[in-house]
Amino acid sequence: MPATTLIRAATLSVLLAFGLAAEAKTLRWSSQGDILTMDPHAQNEGLNNTVSDHIYEPLVTRDKNLKIEPALAVSWKSINPTTMQFKLRPNVKFHDGTPFTADDVVFSIERALAPTSNFSPYMQGITGARKVDDLTVEIVTKGPNPVLLPQLTEVRMMSRAWANKHGVQRPQDYKNKEETYAVRNANGTGPFILKSREADVKTVLVLNSNWWGKMEGNVNEVVYQPIKQDGTRVAALLSGEVDFVLDPPPQDIPRLKKDPKVRILEGNENRTIFFGFDQWRDELQYSNVKGKNPFKDVRVRQAFQLAIDVNALRTQVMRGLSIPTGVMFAPQSDGYDKSLDVAAKPDRARAKKLLADAGYPNGFEVTLDCPNNRYINDEKLCQAVAAMLAQIDVKVKLNAMPRATYFAKIQKHDTSFYMLGWGVPTFDSLYALQSLMRTIGQGGDGNFNLGKYSNPKVDAAIDAMKTEMDLAKRRALAKEALTIHKNDVGHIPLHHQVIPWAMRSSVSAVHRADNRMHAKWVKID
Amino acid sequence: MFAFVLTRIAQGVVVMLVVGFIAFSLFNFVGDPVALMLPPEATQADRQAMREALGLDRPFTVQFANFVTNAVQGNFGISLRLGRPVSALLVERLPATLELAFVAASLALLVGIPLGVYTGLKRNAWSSRLLLTASLIGVSLPTFLIGIFLILIFAVWLGWLPSFGRGDTVALGAWTTGFLSPTGLKALILPSITLGLFQLTLIMRLVRSEMLEVLRTDYIKFARARGLTNRAVHFGHALRNTLVPVITITGLQLGSIIAFAIVTETVFQWPGMGLLFIQAIQFADIPVMAAYLCLIGLIFVLINLVVDLLYYFVDPRLRIERAGAEGH
Repeated sequence: MPATTLIRAATLSVLLAFGLAAEAKTLRWSSQGDILTMDPHAQNEGLNNTVSDHIYEPLVTRDKNLKIEPALAVSWKSINPTTMQFKLRPNVKFHDGTPFTADDVVFSIERALAPTSNFSPYMQGITGARKVDDLTVEIVTKGPNPVLLPQLTEVRMMSRAWANKHGVQRPQDYKNKEETYAVRNANGTGPFILKSREADVKTVLVLNSNWWGKMEGNVNEVVYQPIKQDGTRVAALLSGEVDFVLDPPPQDIPRLKKDPKVRILEGNENRTIFFGFDQWRDELQYSNVKGKNPFKDVRVRQAFQLAIDVNALRTQVMRGLSIPTGVMFAPQSDGYDKSLDVAAKPDRARAKKLLADAGYPNGFEVTLDCPNNRYINDEKLCQAVAAMLAQIDVKVKLNAMPRATYFAKIQKHDTSFYMLGWGVPTFDSLYALQSLMRTIGQGGDGNFNLGKYSNPKVDAAIDAMKTEMDLAKRRALAKEALTIHKNDVGHIPLHHQVIPWAMRSSVSAVHRADNRMHAKWVKID
Repeated sequence: MFAFVLTRIAQGVVVMLVVGFIAFSLFNFVGDPVALMLPPEATQADRQAMREALGLDRPFTVQFANFVTNAVQGNFGISLRLGRPVSALLVERLPATLELAFVAASLALLVGIPLGVYTGLKRNAWSSRLLLTASLIGVSLPTFLIGIFLILIFAVWLGWLPSFGRGDTVALGAWTTGFLSPTGLKALILPSITLGLFQLTLIMRLVRSEMLEVLRTDYIKFARARGLTNRAVHFGHALRNTLVPVITITGLQLGSIIAFAIVTETVFQWPGMGLLFIQAIQFADIPVMAAYLCLIGLIFVLINLVVDLLYYFVDPRLRIERAGAEGH
């Protein structure tokens, strides 16, 4: 008997010792898909950027509230309208021990500019970088660029020496049949170091004890394991095999909220869902109306907007997981104006009258193109909207497709009426305005203006925004463009998506509208 | 004999060409990988350049000829999703799928045959009726539902077994095995039951009906008349003669187990070829889809070939008839 007691006591003390030493914890998390690559310039994709953020760091980054803060640069100033000078953080080392210097910045900017880089949207207007001294670097732009800092938050720094050593001076090119070293290996300056990577199975990061920043959380190991099946992912959370799920299925949220072992964190996503119309063809392509295009008439577009009840969509289709809106981008973006963010009030009688005035007293037929695996409840939303439009005698034929075929179709402007969701990774409204409502032109102008909405006044305001460095003036220009577009009913905004995160109740995390979880802010009790 | 094998192989080649063609032509309908690979902001020129780089702009026949030439050499290009050679990915995933299929098939045989014999011999016992009723569940419930039920019971409620993944694996050269670690073995249990349940019930019902059939035949009556023990009659004479169709079905089902492991692998996040394929579909990862379809086609062709050859050796009548036919 005494022997067993002794053993018990010994075990207990060992456990206690471990308990005290193991203040730091492992965060095991999951979502549907796997990280695509470890190369920080090869895939501009949400989850990939989330994981890159743990390993690699940009010059400037975003804090918990998405405000810009220093990262590898400690300060910056404008030398002239096309040159921004950055002072680099001293004594920063890459995971392999080599120091971080201006050479690495110049190299990384060039790498992100390479034709095989997937980060060209963030490199727009940037022509290159030059070294001033070891800890000073200048970034050169074509013209004045008011969104340079937001762009740079997505341009992560690699080691030039490491890239040269392993022959990864360029991001992976799909023409080559070989994988590159940077696909499964990483060497950044960030708070976590890549320990192992097994695609579709497990990716393990460990704490970088030499990191320059301050860890607010207590995580010393991060294990990512994708689980494709919704049910299995939730089961793994409930059984305690994972601590955190980035994308719990919406239908399970009400049930998970009741479970004391689980905490749900909700917030709006930086993504706005809306409908667009073909406003350029002389004859509407997928409709029974011949010889003309009803969507060219603002009264028809207004009638559609008045027929759609966004609040009903929120309660009936989205189970409360949406924020109805009257604008085209999320509130976190610069240029957002609260006074414009008012969802249209449904008014069926007026909608019918507007349709009649426009010459369609008996409505008409149109095909609505809709994705069925891209946005939250996308197909169900389209079905509900078709039912709402039926009440003003517009007969909607629903054409729902998987994302792979959907985007190929609508990007060819091969649509009469479509659904789209748009996020603003720069958190600057120009990104949305320019892509969605600027007349199609050069350098990203109107590249997702799929119905070819066009208003010269809107174009003028957007073009002025591109080079306007004065913040107040830029915001006024954004408001002007948005107001005109709203009066034109250029699109019908529905809502901002709400993204819930699910975690064990012992875990606390910082929810951000860009859907990025960062382990440096995670605490596990 | 030689001519027989040659004919079979030639037929296999034709089947593979057809499979290759179907796999290849399907890709024109699954979507545009370029739209997924490039950021939405890419220009038309970027898209065109990418299309040319991937060879998607060339005529269909040229693309197909290139595809076959490369496929024969095991070169299926590079995965658009993971940026790695497809052949390397498949080789990595093959052990997971084969181990799962092996355990599921063993389970089906080792449990299915005894249960089939039992229910065949004691066909009026209540336990037999219960087993037969229960086996209906295995036949009629969809695989993913069985998987989800097992996860709910054994992972969420009881917490005994993992709900996903393969556990820790041990690398033996290029082969990774889950047989050599406790977590690996534990992880095998639920997926293999899920995958093998249908085959188990199928084999059980097959053995039962064959047993019932055989037990009615004259030679069993004679055996009994000779005063042989029940044991000798049941296992030495009856069961032995039921096994021919069982072997055939098992052989053919092995192909299905490997091919239909897709569902089980998806439910349990089992890192095998099926999961790779499902993820490839979502990403329109054409090279992976092509390679997977061809590989599964090849597995079926090979299994059929082996089964045909086995018949040839097992059943003397086949040999005699053929020899006779050639003589005339």
